[in-house]
Amino acid sequence: MAVGLTLIFGVMRVVNFAHGDMMVWGMYLAYVLSTRAGLDPYLGFALCAAALFVFGAAVQRGLVDRIVDAPHEMQILLMLGVALVMENVALLVFGPEPIRVRSPLGAATWYLGPLYVDVARLVTFGVAIVLTAALWVFLYRTDLGRQIRAAADNPYGALVIGTDVRRVYAAAFGIGAACVGAAGALVSPILPFQPSTGLSLSVTSFNIVIIGGMGSLPGAFVGGVLVSVAESLGAVFLKPSLKELASFSLLILILIVRPAGLFGRRAS
Amino acid sequence: MSTLLSLDAVEVGYGDVVAVHAASLEVRAGEIVALIGSNGAGKTTTLRAVAGLLRPRRGRIVFDGDRIDGRSPADVVARGIAHVPEGRQLFPTMTVLENLELGARTAASRAQRPETLARVFDLFPRLAERQTQLAGTLSGGEQQMTAIGRALMARPRLLMLDEPSLGLAPIVVATIFDNLARINAGGTTVLLVEQNVLRALRLCHRGYVLENGAIVAQGTRDALLADERIKRAYLGR
Ligand SMILES: Nc1ncnc2c1ncn2[C@@H]1O[C@H](COP(=O)(O)OP(=O)(O)OP(=O)(O)O)[C@@H](O)[C@H]1O
Ligand SMILES: [Mg+2]
Repeated sequence: MAVGLTLIFGVMRVVNFAHGDMMVWGMYLAYVLSTRAGLDPYLGFALCAAALFVFGAAVQRGLVDRIVDAPHEMQILLMLGVALVMENVALLVFGPEPIRVRSPLGAATWYLGPLYVDVARLVTFGVAIVLTAALWVFLYRTDLGRQIRAAADNPYGALVIGTDVRRVYAAAFGIGAACVGAAGALVSPILPFQPSTGLSLSVTSFNIVIIGGMGSLPGAFVGGVLVSVAESLGAVFLKPSLKELASFSLLILILIVRPAGLFGRRAS
Repeated sequence: MSTLLSLDAVEVGYGDVVAVHAASLEVRAGEIVALIGSNGAGKTTTLRAVAGLLRPRRGRIVFDGDRIDGRSPADVVARGIAHVPEGRQLFPTMTVLENLELGARTAASRAQRPETLARVFDLFPRLAERQTQLAGTLSGGEQQMTAIGRALMARPRLLMLDEPSLGLAPIVVATIFDNLARINAGGTTVLLVEQNVLRALRLCHRGYVLENGAIVAQGTRDALLADERIKRAYLGR
């Protein structure tokens, strides 16, 4: 499950401090859908993805677009600001207590002869794989997806050939947010959350992207697997509360050996 | 011949620096026009202003009867100007084919993508062989061919090139210049910025000389090739 979640995180590879909070909003949305409309998170995740797509594209159009020419630090500051606002809105609306979404579907267990399968994990894993595959097809096989990759590869080159960069960035941002929203809804029955969960989720996603190498799709996959393995091992051999120690040690180790990350290109 | 592009006393700069202060030139439909000048004269800056990548502070740029200064690069491309920029600016982790196909941005050019692609491969057979290779792994000459091919995919009426010969072996430069002549013979107007002054002047119909941000000389190919000042300053004799 952690692998599926971190994979989705890693694929976006956008340095965005609000990712974790977008995920938490996805979780709260799943919570509202479940308590108010009786919609199980394992069905409602698609709605969460759609809502977060609109939100992400709007943040890009309304805020990030205005400062595209500003230095990179400004974008980081802006996203930090967005993250703070999102976290505090969640705090205002839902309060600080950790909650978990009930899912009758997710609580079910299927017995297949001697094996028993946990439906929650199965669905999460399946959706993670389908989403990752769909994202791959989108990025590599569609025109808009290729424009997104081109703009990530060489933004100036994309401008030169006449790319509508505003549209491309809004789509990229929206899709990133949609993936996070879906992931949030899917883990909401398993992972108890509160408004402050966003920050630690953002940190994990950073960790993955840096270990794998900025801007590398295979790097994101491998980074996701490594981080979740390191954290599981850390939880078993050290203490559950020290699992981040393992993944951060891994991060420091890899940065010493390969400053650009495992699959990163050296900065030119 | 009718005027396709004209620059009238264009001034462009970066922050407080004025890089070009008086660029006036004219490109007529069907021509190859060379823009020459020494390092830092403002050639790249001029092309970037036409492409919509820099906003002129003064003057006007007119393409096919419409003012285009201050318009977005996407709009300029859609009107029919393609730019092969300094340093090529390819997408290094994407394949040659993807780089080429990305050049067809407008609806009209996308509809004609297969035909244009066939024409690009006809001009540069090497690119057909390298289709699936990542652009970042190509040789310098192949990268330049990809950059030119990508610009052609937009089906431009005006093709602007910024030092396509830079850093390439003479035999590769010869191939590229032969192809520029073929592209022009096919009906595409060309505005060529070059440091390789002799080659550029031999290829062009007319040329302009840019010095310290201003046009200081202009003339037909033969007049410029015979000009004593140009011979001394750029041709080394
Ligand atoms: N990004 C920039 N910021 C500030 N000044 C710049 C920038 N780019 C170019 N300049 C300055 O503008 C002037 C013109 O530069 P430009 O690149 O247009 O010249 P060029 O004729 O293309 O030269 P080269 O033959 O070296 O390519 C130069 O004095 C240069 O230092
Ligand atoms: Mg230049």
